[in-house]
Amino acid sequence: MTALIDVENLTLKFRTDEGLITAVDNVSFSLNKGEVMGLVGESGSGKSVTAKALMHLNAKNAVYTPESKITLHTDRGPVDVLSLRSPRELNIVRGGAVSMIFQEPMASFAPAITIGKQMVEQLQLHGDYSNDKAKRWSIEMLDRVGISDAAKRFDQYAFELSGGMRQRAMIAMALSTQPKLLIADEPTTALDVTIQAQVIDLMKDLVAEFHMGIVFITHDLGVVAQTADKVNVMYLGRMIEEGPVREVIRNPKHPYTQGLLAALPKLDDLDSPLTPVPGDIPSPLERPAGCVFHTRCSKIVGDVCKSVDPKDRRIDTTHKVACHIYDEVLA
Amino acid sequence: MSDVLIRANGLSVGFPIGGGLFNKQVLKAVDNVSLDIAKGSFFGLVGESGSGKTTLGRALLKAAPITAGGAHYSDGEVDYDLEKITKDQLKDYRKRAQLIFQDPYAALSPRMTVRDIIAEPLEVMGLTKNRQETDARVREIAAKCRLNLEHLRRFPHAFSGGQRQRISIARALVSAPKFIVADESVAALDVSIQADVLNLLKQIQSDMGLTFMFISHDLSVVAHTCDYVAVMYLGRLVETAPTRKLFAGPRHPYTKALFSAIPSLDPDDRGSAQKLTGEIPSPTNQPSGCKFHTRCPFAIDHCKQVEPKLETDGTGHDVACHRWKELMAPQAA
Repeated sequence: MTALIDVENLTLKFRTDEGLITAVDNVSFSLNKGEVMGLVGESGSGKSVTAKALMHLNAKNAVYTPESKITLHTDRGPVDVLSLRSPRELNIVRGGAVSMIFQEPMASFAPAITIGKQMVEQLQLHGDYSNDKAKRWSIEMLDRVGISDAAKRFDQYAFELSGGMRQRAMIAMALSTQPKLLIADEPTTALDVTIQAQVIDLMKDLVAEFHMGIVFITHDLGVVAQTADKVNVMYLGRMIEEGPVREVIRNPKHPYTQGLLAALPKLDDLDSPLTPVPGDIPSPLERPAGCVFHTRCSKIVGDVCKSVDPKDRRIDTTHKVACHIYDEVLA
Repeated sequence: MSDVLIRANGLSVGFPIGGGLFNKQVLKAVDNVSLDIAKGSFFGLVGESGSGKTTLGRALLKAAPITAGGAHYSDGEVDYDLEKITKDQLKDYRKRAQLIFQDPYAALSPRMTVRDIIAEPLEVMGLTKNRQETDARVREIAAKCRLNLEHLRRFPHAFSGGQRQRISIARALVSAPKFIVADESVAALDVSIQADVLNLLKQIQSDMGLTFMFISHDLSVVAHTCDYVAVMYLGRLVETAPTRKLFAGPRHPYTKALFSAIPSLDPDDRGSAQKLTGEIPSPTNQPSGCKFHTRCPFAIDHCKQVEPKLETDGTGHDVACHRWKELMAPQAA
């Protein structure tokens, strides 16, 4: 396995009128080529901000701590993503070696420019493409993602396509520059289940074919189970559990992960009541001291939860959890 | 089953689109739908986007034009024929039938306090005599929806998605309605919060004796909340049944496909399911015969020509498919 991206001690704060807000708190992970990582958490957990950091795409008021380091391994050697400054350098991680697909495809395409023109524009920005070659390749990509009548779609506008088609076009566009890493931010959330199943199948085929790494952001554990090789669970900017998908879903260790799984309505068990994770995710302005999850946790082991931030504990070589329950067992 | 609160009889909703004076086209969003919603039930309506489920819900609230057929509302106090309801009756019906929206971020005015948001229906409908009475009613409902009194002074931006949805629910409940249409009311929420809102809706329903129409595209949510489920496709009902019956033995190929499209939580159970190809056709250009034949793996020539009727089997499990019996037989297809 060759490493694709290494994230070390990523801490990211936003400067706001109300003070510094911690969005990502000391997160480390790495991803290999051809691997799919599911990034799970509820809204406000910092999953999108983490993913955007991989493209150095966060707003101007973002502050990275000096310890934060993101290394992308490209064909031309390692790139220190957070040190990139000029637009020319940033092109490497924005649409070049790294591409992103978003949740709302309608909001991601320019409404008054044809799909084709947008695809050609990005190809020419990132590579040496003549108009003709760019058009041919774009149509081939549209065809590849299962869009019928690709040559006709090339000249259409985003509003002329259905939701599923638009998301396919988005995927075609993101993959046309043959990125090494694809960031998919809730790509199926806005779609119907039937269309979601089609898009998930398509993405699995594409990983196999292009051998990219994918960071798949979602709040749906079913989607994660169907797509990911490994899972990282985030809560209020902290990575609280990390492991292979089978381990995390069948044998979750963190009370939050356990809570997320219990809250999911299951079709094979209609009798047991739904158990929500109690309370709401706190505002990032009022980050709890100690373990960030202690305000909603039903398994608090003592005052230590309210005062000490839990360290990452290894369950085994691949499965990690940050929770005081395991302090003594795994210390 | 107990009494029927709302009965739709061949209900159709159409919207005129384009065309000139002489060739007006009509988009049939809901087409000849008949259904009974029992008093005190949690009635689920499922289907993909574009299936007409929202339009059907709105028609039952008299918020979409009924073009054919009708619907009858009867709660023991009043009887209304929705297609020829008078202005005064409609005013009264608005108190009795309410809607909870999908997106709690868009549904609440950012410039009103939570107290004003919840009190507005009372003031508009003139249900309370003075401010004290209004405030008392608002506090009572807010407590039922687990909102703090302190929350009432704040503006919606200060709240999370789950809290906002509880505010929307409080606003819908404040006029003491009998019938509530909840349109994708948990779709925008995180799973951890979704369970909480669903439990709240269930509790309110049993406490206040309400009848819910719960519109959702998420079958697993419907399975856990509803007593009765209707599946819609392109404006038609294709299958209706008590929840457990439907989930134990779906009959329509579309219902089966919806089930198999739900991503399994088992990482080793990947891609074995039967998946639907293609997308729901445009309602302006509907297929002939069975509306589902363009995507149905079991369609035969007969399906392309003759539209199947919703057949009842006497147990309340109705299905509109020419071939369901042979497909249900072992070794079929």
